[in-house]
Amino acid sequence: MTAVINVFLKEGVLDPQGKAAHHALDSLGFDGINDVRIGKQIIIKLDTDDKATAEAEVKEMCETLLANTVIEDYTIEIN
Amino acid sequence: MQKTLKVAVLRFPGTNCEFDTQYAFEKLGHTTELVWHENESLPADIDLVVVPGGFSYGDYLRSGSIARFSPVMKAVITYANNGGKVLGICNGFQILTEAGLLPGALKRNNNLHFISKYQNLCVINNDNAFLNKCKKGEVLNIPIAHADGNYYIDNEEFKKLEENEQILLRYSDKNGETVVVNGSVTSIAGVCNENKNVFGLMPHPERALELILGSEDGIRMLKGFEA
Repeated sequence: MTAVINVFLKEGVLDPQGKAAHHALDSLGFDGINDVRIGKQIIIKLDTDDKATAEAEVKEMCETLLANTVIEDYTIEIN
Repeated sequence: MQKTLKVAVLRFPGTNCEFDTQYAFEKLGHTTELVWHENESLPADIDLVVVPGGFSYGDYLRSGSIARFSPVMKAVITYANNGGKVLGICNGFQILTEAGLLPGALKRNNNLHFISKYQNLCVINNDNAFLNKCKKGEVLNIPIAHADGNYYIDNEEFKKLEENEQILLRYSDKNGETVVVNGSVTSIAGVCNENKNVFGLMPHPERALELILGSEDGIRMLKGFEA
């Protein structure tokens, strides 16, 4: 199975990269942008074929290493 | 008679301030030993562990996030939990927050720049094993050099920091007035843990030992551990 993990700064934690990209998009004339947030995507290929097992494993990976939950949130998608 | 300290200086792949750190403590008359990250234990009878600056593991994933799981860090966590003194400078500060030995986290500077310059710092609390040779409100001039020095902590945890006198230093002007340098919460430049045996700061005291190089204010900071 493949796990797709997205890690973003939490709502309320200023994302300076997102802000810089937002400003650049405004300068280029793209209108109607309310907010830009930049995160990272981590793709992990797993041996298991069991979705529940995969989810549990990946959640532990996120909590331990892949995200710093003091400042970041994450989402997991298992395919 | 000044006590001679035995200082362990950690070294990870990508660390680059280990020799400056050794030089600093040896200049003050102490002995130092470099400790490779794969070591599972610390040297015997040490008085202080320093996690020096650099770019451990290329700052991949997040600064300090991978170094924090190296074998030597398990020994450092045990050492700190038993009351041993630990000082993290710059990348060392990032490693200690990632390891959970210090509260909060360090994120990208608000202006996205790598900031490298001399910076004034105001001493906020000195009733601890690190800044006891400095006065409250005193202004120190110490180099900073970082891209991820933007200290973040949520409101609830911040209140605890403030009440327990865990805020060590804030970025300031020469009169001690707080200035914004990298976007840190209330311009925090350094903190300690609740038990006041683990210390972390973004500025580099080991680079401020000689007036001819701009400042010797780092001496007073590092000498605190002699008390």
